[in-house]
Amino acid sequence: MPPPHRTSASRRQLLRSLLAAGASALLPAVTAAQGSALRTRPIPSTGEALPVVGLGSWITFNVGNDRVARDACAEVMRNFFEAGGRLIDSSPMYGSAQEVIGYGLGKLGRAARVFAADKVWIAPGSRGPAQIERSRELWNIPRFDLLQVHNLLAWQEHLPALFALKAAGRLRYVGITTSEGRRHGDVEEIMRRHPLDFVQVSYNVQDREVEERILPLARDRGIAVIVNRPFREGALIARVARHPLPSWAAECDAANWAQLLLKFIVAHPAVTCAIPATTRVAHVRENMGAALGRLPDEPLRRRLVAHVEQL
Amino acid sequence: MSEWWTYTLSDFLLFSPKTYYRLFELYNRDLWPGQVLALALGVALLVLLQRGGPAPGRIIAAILATCWAWIAWAFHVERYAGINWAATYFAAAFAVEALLLLWTGVIRGRLTFVPSADAAGRAGRALLLFALFAQPLLGPLLGRGWRQAEIFGLAPDPTVVATLGILLAAVPGRGRHLLVVPLLWCVVSGASLWAMAAPDALVMPAAGLLVLLLAAGRVRPQSGAPPVR
Repeated sequence: MPPPHRTSASRRQLLRSLLAAGASALLPAVTAAQGSALRTRPIPSTGEALPVVGLGSWITFNVGNDRVARDACAEVMRNFFEAGGRLIDSSPMYGSAQEVIGYGLGKLGRAARVFAADKVWIAPGSRGPAQIERSRELWNIPRFDLLQVHNLLAWQEHLPALFALKAAGRLRYVGITTSEGRRHGDVEEIMRRHPLDFVQVSYNVQDREVEERILPLARDRGIAVIVNRPFREGALIARVARHPLPSWAAECDAANWAQLLLKFIVAHPAVTCAIPATTRVAHVRENMGAALGRLPDEPLRRRLVAHVEQL
Repeated sequence: MSEWWTYTLSDFLLFSPKTYYRLFELYNRDLWPGQVLALALGVALLVLLQRGGPAPGRIIAAILATCWAWIAWAFHVERYAGINWAATYFAAAFAVEALLLLWTGVIRGRLTFVPSADAAGRAGRALLLFALFAQPLLGPLLGRGWRQAEIFGLAPDPTVVATLGILLAAVPGRGRHLLVVPLLWCVVSGASLWAMAAPDALVMPAAGLLVLLLAAGRVRPQSGAPPVR
């Protein structure tokens, strides 16, 4: 586990890498957060900077009414915010996760800092507005920053409603989501035909189908990309953690497997933010460390792919 | 659901095993010492089963209906639905089973038992014993802790196995419709535990399959023959 803050060393390393790379336009911006150099990427449609590591809530934040578990989730959120994190992602599909996020935001008083990304997941689409309002109440926030059509469910009805919310100033960004490679053809079609701000897909060192068409299309169309299931719900970490971290991980300042796998994802120039989920403070600190220091270049990324395939 | 073939069991699992078993821990804590009463009711079922006849059958059905109704409300609606939106449907199914037990077993008196049973009847009694005294030990033996034990009358799985055992021990040919919901629960519970990679994931499907085979192979009383009492 890395130390919670890798301040001056990380900054020096990052400056070195920026100089070496000629401050390429592909490299993300760096912002100060709690004394650490946190890597951000601009949302293409507005230029707003977003930290490249966010926080997912699938399974991990669905703890029901268990007060102890809720407080543990709030502690994860506290550490996430203290490390400079902003985007938290959830869905009405995730059981009590929205309510638990609302509990955490209320307890921490961080509603103003959060970049609230939620989803609409209901059919028929006419029931969408009521679900969105219920979700907002559970989050206990004035409005969402981003609403996404979850797994394209009833997207033909939900998307116009979301764009109308955005036009009315009640929503900042609109997106769609899919996971585990489903309906990529439909995702591409919607990306081409609608002025999306975000698309959310699964992407990791093992599942790289989106590299072929969706990520390049997102760059071409100026659509921000959120990456879900970066660790394949923990299975990928469990698989690689049995093996030692390769020595060349130091070339991109990855101190552990979690950081190496996350850096692989956020190093892709089309990716805006990855959203690993966890219930453990140590893990969220580890994950946020992936937003510090150098990122792997393309040869290093391919080396990691080959390495993981051999494990 | 589009591309349904791409989904796996784990895609439907909304919670972690830790959260699921913690649910039982908090449930047990809230209900204590209700576990003692539940076990007493279970022992009463055993005694009534041995006595046989229609009157004990009505009491057995009333006890089971109460347990199913309690689990529908106190477990599924009040607790499980907090982490699994599908639990509201489970609650409805458990409530239906409670009503069916009430109608078939209590009001119509269609559940009767004989003290000396055939092989299926003996298997039914063995299942009831397993549900009352062995199934609650599975979790603790697998390292989940005593506080997370699943007790007959309060938790779905042992209650379902006990119900299946009692229905198997009942005089055949009556109330087979009562098997439907418990057998479906065996599938649901087995799938959930399988998705959580629980080592005891096969217990419920195995119990369901055993009951299904024994019930299917049981001989109905001949038409016109006097009922076995």
